[in-house]
Amino acid sequence: MFRFAINRLLQAIPVLLVVISITFLLVHSAPGGPFSADKAVPPEVLKALEAQYKLDQPLWQQYVGYLNDVLHGDFGPSFKYPGRTVNELIASGLPATAELAFYAMLVALFIGASAGVVAATRPNTLQDYLPMSAAMLGICMPSFLLGPLLVLVFGIHLEWVPVSGWGDSAGDKILPAITLGTGYAAYIARLSRGGMLEVLSQDYIRTARAKGLPESLIIAKHALRGGLIPVIAFIGPAFAGLLGGSFVVETIFQIPGLGRFYVQAAFNRDYTMILGTTIFFATLIIVFNLLSDMLAIWLNPKLRQEARGDH
Amino acid sequence: MALLEVNGLKVYFHTRDGLVKAVDDVSFSVDSGETLAIVGESGSGKSVTCYSLLDLLPKPPARIEGGTAMFDGVDLLSCDANSMRHFRGNDIAMIFQDPMTSLNPFLTVGEQLIEPLIYHPDKTRIQTRSNARLRAIELLDEVGIIEPEKRFDCYPHEFSGGMRQRVMIAMALINEPRLLICDEPTTALDVTIQAQILKLIKQLQQKRNVAVIFISHDLGVVAGIADKVMVMCNGTVREAADTESVFYRTENDYTKKLLAAIPEGPKVMETRAQAGAPLVEVTNLKTYFKDYSKGVAGTQKRFIKAVDGVSLHIQRGEILGLVGESGSGKSTLGRSILQLAPITEGTVSFAGTQISGMSPNQLVPWRRKMQMIFQDPYASLNPRMTVYETLAEPLLYHGIATRKTIDEQVQHLMDDVGLARANMRKYPHEFSGGQRQRIAIGRAIATKPELIIADEPVSALDVTIQAQILDLILNLVERHNLTMMFISHDLSVVRYISDRVMVMNKGVIIETGDTESLWADPQEKYTRELLKAIPLADPKLERERVLSRSL
Amino acid sequence: MDRVILEKTDERGSSLWQDAWVKLRKNRLALWGLAVLVILCVVSLLTPWIAPYGYEEQDLILGATPPSAEHWLGTDIFGRDMLTRIMYGGRVSLTVGFIATGVALIIGVLWGAIAGFAGGRVDAVMMRIVDILYALPFMIFIVLLMVVFGRNIFLLFFAIGAVEWLTMARIVRGQVMALRKQEFVEAAYSLGLSQWIIIRRHIIPNTLGPVIVYTTLTIPSVMLLEAFLSFLGLGIQPPQSSWGLLISYGVETMEEFPWLLIFPGLTLSLTLFALNFLGDGLRDALDPRTSKD
Repeated sequence: MFRFAINRLLQAIPVLLVVISITFLLVHSAPGGPFSADKAVPPEVLKALEAQYKLDQPLWQQYVGYLNDVLHGDFGPSFKYPGRTVNELIASGLPATAELAFYAMLVALFIGASAGVVAATRPNTLQDYLPMSAAMLGICMPSFLLGPLLVLVFGIHLEWVPVSGWGDSAGDKILPAITLGTGYAAYIARLSRGGMLEVLSQDYIRTARAKGLPESLIIAKHALRGGLIPVIAFIGPAFAGLLGGSFVVETIFQIPGLGRFYVQAAFNRDYTMILGTTIFFATLIIVFNLLSDMLAIWLNPKLRQEARGDH
Repeated sequence: MALLEVNGLKVYFHTRDGLVKAVDDVSFSVDSGETLAIVGESGSGKSVTCYSLLDLLPKPPARIEGGTAMFDGVDLLSCDANSMRHFRGNDIAMIFQDPMTSLNPFLTVGEQLIEPLIYHPDKTRIQTRSNARLRAIELLDEVGIIEPEKRFDCYPHEFSGGMRQRVMIAMALINEPRLLICDEPTTALDVTIQAQILKLIKQLQQKRNVAVIFISHDLGVVAGIADKVMVMCNGTVREAADTESVFYRTENDYTKKLLAAIPEGPKVMETRAQAGAPLVEVTNLKTYFKDYSKGVAGTQKRFIKAVDGVSLHIQRGEILGLVGESGSGKSTLGRSILQLAPITEGTVSFAGTQISGMSPNQLVPWRRKMQMIFQDPYASLNPRMTVYETLAEPLLYHGIATRKTIDEQVQHLMDDVGLARANMRKYPHEFSGGQRQRIAIGRAIATKPELIIADEPVSALDVTIQAQILDLILNLVERHNLTMMFISHDLSVVRYISDRVMVMNKGVIIETGDTESLWADPQEKYTRELLKAIPLADPKLERERVLSRSL
Repeated sequence: MDRVILEKTDERGSSLWQDAWVKLRKNRLALWGLAVLVILCVVSLLTPWIAPYGYEEQDLILGATPPSAEHWLGTDIFGRDMLTRIMYGGRVSLTVGFIATGVALIIGVLWGAIAGFAGGRVDAVMMRIVDILYALPFMIFIVLLMVVFGRNIFLLFFAIGAVEWLTMARIVRGQVMALRKQEFVEAAYSLGLSQWIIIRRHIIPNTLGPVIVYTTLTIPSVMLLEAFLSFLGLGIQPPQSSWGLLISYGVETMEEFPWLLIFPGLTLSLTLFALNFLGDGLRDALDPRTSKD
């Protein structure tokens, strides 16, 4: 398993290099410099600014310099927030985004997986149709629509929860977590239903029944592990999606997280911030993909032994 | 009063396409120490009968419409879920067909073995896991698992098919059941492994005096193991009597048909082989596969030596049988001769011309002279093409027919393989397995080839259909002066059809000889074991053989 | 069984496509989805002629009004008719949905088919590229693209298509690999048929089912992505309009004028529903496991 992890991490290096290169080139080939939006900057000031951000150097020199900085974990200074580094900005936005993503993932996994399992135990009955219709609803109700609707009903109309903020008042984390998690809960519900139905039709489930095991034990001990492997493998990609989804949710609920910073940086053409955040997100996603793959492998005895290297 | 008495059992399936009477008014009984074999072809209802006893059928679509099944004074068909659970794996245990899929790949073998003990604590009084473990290891030893203490903690994928079936048997016996139901327990296994498992089941039964219901399609297997036989067809009982009566004195037409369909003994005395230069000559053929399979620990390169230095020749007009167990490389050999698998070394000559090493374009004119018939009639036909399109394709492509004559030629082809012309516009999924194989044979003979390689052409078919297809093949070989290589795992079928037989194992040819001399006097140990393992449909002989096989 | 079929007189068989259609017709939700989709397409095509008001027709004195007899879905703060705006927005949303899916379809099918056919090293390299692209944070890339190159609708097609082709490529490759191992394809080889005939007659017809299903399911996810970007202000730009943009306007004023959020939201959800149900229905109907026997 260790070898597998090392292997995958080594493979991640070229991926990250590609990410950095593409992002770097894209950003630097953008029409209009970073300071062109500011009205009437005097030429000497512009020159000084460009020198400060090393924009007067040839592109390859900038690239090598940037790579070197990134290698040392330094994403450089922000273009738009003078005096602050990208590292500081990421560090200040990360806690809120991480917390939001964590809650959303909890919502998605618990509601999604249990709905899927419940549906799969009695296919084509009301017990199946109800959660699955709800899941379809969740898939067809994007977060940027669900969020405002939830705010409208529970925040403004019923006044049960605050309509925005993060950690300022009690319960203001509920709506964002639900908004972000619902889509993934719906997808996970469909995924786990499919996985469970597949496993429940296997011969070894029939064997377990023929042994006289109680049905609840058959589900919990014999079926669940195989049935939820697709869900486990989906956690990595889901996490990537959650980060993207946090753009919208953080904007709607005015949460001071990375996603909102990123969108703002995009609008402000804060190039170093865009570069830094992209690389940071890419690294996170690669790590989470690796973790969820490792978990899926560890849960399968055959793959586990192969990963250990004894064939 | 017997241990189990089933009366008037009716199981219907309510499907979208209407009602299917899977089991219709079936009655039988079985007593301790007795083995009842239920015999039938696919769709006969033999498995459904037994599954309904333990309530293992999917409901819906299945529904038990009537009857009783008295087990020790309790009706299994009307008892509630809780008492049913009490019978399962306790008084009544079951062994299934495919040992590869019947064990949970996520749990250790030991964990699965002790489950019946843990969840039926009242009967055996073994409640602690350590006690259960000891009992399970004892039983693993009894069913012939070497080093049972170590193997207890292994996962199913670390066991071979035969070993898994032994584990399944141990699991079924762990609670000392009074009734053991075996659903085709040896069908998925090689013939030598089958012999081991049959011997094991018989020994364990005699020792424990349990009642056994043995479901099988194979009359040879049944002959060796059953005391009573019930023959089923289309959900109804055709005949039920003691084994000797069924095999030696049956009056029933269907049973007679089944027995007649078993390919037994030699059919052709004179060889069909024509003198002169051989049609096919293979020298030192090697086919290795590079296995690029992407494992979790990165890509690993391995060589699989499927065919490892085979030389052979096939005379014009003869049928050469190629026999081997699974993984012997027999299919790859067939494909390599036809240049369908890339060969690593060696040469293949056809009618005096070396065809190995030719480019695909160079091969095209040769392709029409050598054809293949595949095993699975469900996979060997394009599901989106009608019979007409399937048969017309080679004719038109090789310019054998023109647009004008094509209809007539396709019709001739259909007559040739015994398909009604009216079915020309139908699609493969609208036919039965036997009919599909006829279509596939039609496609193979369409180009009027000289050589046909048939790869297990009857293995997927029921025994009566199998007999029809074998006769069709023999008929076509003679009428069209074909040369054939007939690949099969089934020695009886090979003996029935071949002039000469080759035995293959682990990529090499073990022994070659004229069919009857090879049967009468096999030279190699492997061949002898193989021949000894074939079950014969003769109870008096086979009963002795089952227990005497020292495998 | 043998006899029954033999005795029937000459009749046309029913192909798997026909069987699938019969099965689909029994699936009410899928049919409903198909109907909604057809109606939406027709309405979008005819919008300039059947829309009750002009696209830019303002009535500043009227302002935002709730649904009424004159304005079925109400008006926005400039007094523009919501129904009209949703109809015009639908044109854009559906166009993006179809064209970007088309882009994904073309790239994905070609990529997957080539990888599946070539096999070996070529396949390994091609699929490794797909794996790498899968690991990229795509949402971020699209945002980046839109920021760097300005908000251009063609770029939007390209960007979304570039995200969605990956899964299509995997599906097609899987299908081709599986088909190549099928005995009927081997039989075609052994008949000496040319590579092109085998692809055209044996491979393509059998990969069509999954491709159709996945295409149907890609359209809603593309529309969702477009709406997402437009909502963030990075997709469709005024004066053009799309459902995502209408929703984002609606959110700004939802406290006073909730219908400006609810109606475009409802339309988008309804469309996504219809397409997903149709996709699910097609999957059930075309699934070889249910169509056998």
